[in-house]
Amino acid sequence: MIHLPFTLLVEKRTEEVPRWLPAATSVGSVVLAFVVSGIVLAFIGANPLQVYGFFARATFGSWAAFSDTLVKATPLILVGLACSVAFKMKLWNIGAEGQFYIGAFFASLVVLVPLLPTDGPPWLMIPAMMGMGMLGGALWGFLPGLLKARFQVNEIITTLMLNYVAVLWNNFWIFDRWSDAGFQMTPTFGRNSWLPRLSDYAREYPVFSGLTLHLGVFFGLFAAAAVWWILQRSRWGYEIRLIGDNPQAARYAGISIARNVIWVMMLSGALAGLAGMAEISGVVHRLQERISPGYGFTGIIVAWLAKLHPLGVILVSILFGALIVASREVQPSGIAQMIQGFVLFALISSDVLLRYKIRLVRAAPQPAGHPGEFA
Amino acid sequence: MSDSPYAVEMHDIVIKFPGVLANDRVDFTLKRGEIHALLGENGAGKSTLMNVLAGLYKPNSGTLRVNGKVVSFNSPRDAIAQGIGMVHQHFMLVPTQTVTENILLGLPEPRFFLNLPRFERKIQELQSQFGLTVDPKAKIWQISVGEQQRVEILKTLYRGANVLIFDEPTAVLAPQEIHDLIATMRALVAQGKSIVFISHKLHEVEAVADRITVLRKGRVTAGGLPMAGRTRRELAQLMVGRDVVFEVAKEATPPGEAVLKLQQLKATSNKGTPALRGLSLEICAGEIVGIAGVAGNGQSELAECITGLRPCDSGEVTVAGTQLTNQPPLTAILAGVSHIPEDRTRVGSAPNLTITDNIIMKCYRQDPIGNGITIDEPSATKFANELKERYDILAPGVQTLARKLSGGNLQKVILAREITANPRVIVAVQPTRGLDVGAVEAIQQHLLQQRKAGTAILLISEELEELIALSDRIAVIFDGQVMGVVGAHEFNLHEIGLMMTGTRLEALRSPHGRKV
Repeated sequence: MIHLPFTLLVEKRTEEVPRWLPAATSVGSVVLAFVVSGIVLAFIGANPLQVYGFFARATFGSWAAFSDTLVKATPLILVGLACSVAFKMKLWNIGAEGQFYIGAFFASLVVLVPLLPTDGPPWLMIPAMMGMGMLGGALWGFLPGLLKARFQVNEIITTLMLNYVAVLWNNFWIFDRWSDAGFQMTPTFGRNSWLPRLSDYAREYPVFSGLTLHLGVFFGLFAAAAVWWILQRSRWGYEIRLIGDNPQAARYAGISIARNVIWVMMLSGALAGLAGMAEISGVVHRLQERISPGYGFTGIIVAWLAKLHPLGVILVSILFGALIVASREVQPSGIAQMIQGFVLFALISSDVLLRYKIRLVRAAPQPAGHPGEFA
Repeated sequence: MSDSPYAVEMHDIVIKFPGVLANDRVDFTLKRGEIHALLGENGAGKSTLMNVLAGLYKPNSGTLRVNGKVVSFNSPRDAIAQGIGMVHQHFMLVPTQTVTENILLGLPEPRFFLNLPRFERKIQELQSQFGLTVDPKAKIWQISVGEQQRVEILKTLYRGANVLIFDEPTAVLAPQEIHDLIATMRALVAQGKSIVFISHKLHEVEAVADRITVLRKGRVTAGGLPMAGRTRRELAQLMVGRDVVFEVAKEATPPGEAVLKLQQLKATSNKGTPALRGLSLEICAGEIVGIAGVAGNGQSELAECITGLRPCDSGEVTVAGTQLTNQPPLTAILAGVSHIPEDRTRVGSAPNLTITDNIIMKCYRQDPIGNGITIDEPSATKFANELKERYDILAPGVQTLARKLSGGNLQKVILAREITANPRVIVAVQPTRGLDVGAVEAIQQHLLQQRKAGTAILLISEELEELIALSDRIAVIFDGQVMGVVGAHEFNLHEIGLMMTGTRLEALRSPHGRKV
């Protein structure tokens, strides 16, 4: 054995983690991910700084680029919040993808059935679509919630399976009933059902010309504030946190777990459904195939990396939105995905720093076991 | 073997943990053939010191001698090689395997073919030598907790242990099993084994120890004193650092009207077996009724039926006229039933929430904390700070997470919460289990104050001493039925003991003698 003058001492943390540390490890691991990816880029003969410079320009370099990044971040924020709320109660809703699709479908009903006159004013059309989108998502959350509450059916299985049902359900309508001249999409919605975009105001404010950012981003920001308020300040949020931490204690405190399972699943579904509505009303302006490149699943990662904190969800979503934009701009497009993978890897492994203290000490006798666990 | 009279000598042991000096220059010696009790409050450093001896920790400094020779352990394996074995408080057994298989687990022998009968014989020899009877073919899940402990003891003996460390061995046992354990320990030392007995229960230490060492906050306050001639008060003082009142002063208060009424209660246990079989009992305002019984005779189920956590199969629970039978827990809470649950970490608290969040668990629905649909943070914090002060909860602040609290402080959080709800009835299940002397005293005093304030208290405990000290009446429960109820003026350990094993009070007192 080699004897180094220093040893690495890994100690279980016995005291409280400093408040700044979780944020610092998250930022640190993003930086680390970029460094590691840079090494890989250098190996394949690219200049990492040049590539990152290009990334930065493509995602944050101009108002137009930043607007694109925020457009991609918008559904991630809403879906990330949907997952955060459910995960906070240790309710593993991995059906945000399906809730997103059903939300989009329900919102489309307003235009396509049509539930409202086709020339209805935007102030009526858009709130109606929002409401329907949330209702659809909530319904898609209600089903697994009810099954879980009544019959203890595992929500991981049901929410996962309902994703496929939702996608196929949408396909039926866009392939068959609402197909636009045989294409797998519905006709474009009337402008009265489009979420306002910055570029709509280009005539008054020339700086806005070409900016695709739509009102949906405010849904995301508002929802983040609302979710924060619910979890931290409301009685319901207290119940959610209590059930999440110890369901037995919650039952002992007189809280009905079954009812909360259903309500939280519905809230989670509604947020994901709103994301679906924002995407069709703000970006594609019709119902079509593949409106989500897996937002519902990325939302799980977003929620996890944000440590279920709403503000964190916004920041992580912007980062991931930027990576989605970057993957369109840089060839091969896998590079952005690689960075995404490294970020995830580094963030998850950085959890070690929160649970253990790692110190460099002069070689000294050290406890043979886990010294943190003393009675 | 050397000439040293000591099996183990530990000198100047220092163990540092981040932020804590767990052992501060501790000396400890163990003579051959003695039972040496290691006393101290929770967190005094008893287990840490013994973990050094068992090879789990390496001390920062200090020397360790076994049979006079200086040794240094890197793992439990080294300790076992020197004949030192530990009987852990939480058993490390595989439930689906047999006794023999568990004993052999991890040993180099048998190598490949399991010739179990051969090893069973070997184990049976050990059993008869020390009087540790367990069926070697029985699966662990089939045998009682006391028997499981015997398997743990056999495991260390089988590995050739001469020094046995018992880490709070009685915490999980029923009174009869404790009796058997003490007999086993005596048999072991009679045959030359040496025993370290870690405990904070003074009466057990009194009953079994030859010498004692007391630790307080990582330091020795009494090293290797002979037990003979020590009083309990003296020991408690050494442990806690101040005088402890043992006689619980209880004012005579006339009980009021019957508040909690249980009629012919029947319920099923988690395993699906009948747990309560027609239990009837009444508790009056200002009265403490103790429930005595061997663990697993329906005590937990009784508490859960009253608090709404378990459905009743038949019968009736009422509190001051309110029907609670098969109602959700919230109904019981609103009717004024407070509950100090048996399992403070798994039922009574949420470990990753703050003290504040844990303290408002029962009152977050009402003004001023539950303010419409919001929770009023400032008043919740104020409330938590008040209770922290009043109940002497030791923590850096009310934002501290519940899991950071010691058992005693966590229990104070629960007690504070349950008492400030102004209850009509308190169901207290093992409220002092595993706590140190100081915390026990505080909690018993709070219960007596509630009695004075007119609360009806159902006290379920496995500590007969505690029941006798606090109760106005004791109901003895056996197999889900009440065997008899005796009043404070007629408590008789012998009678209670017989009822705990299934004899009815009428049978005991009838002129025809007892029927079982």
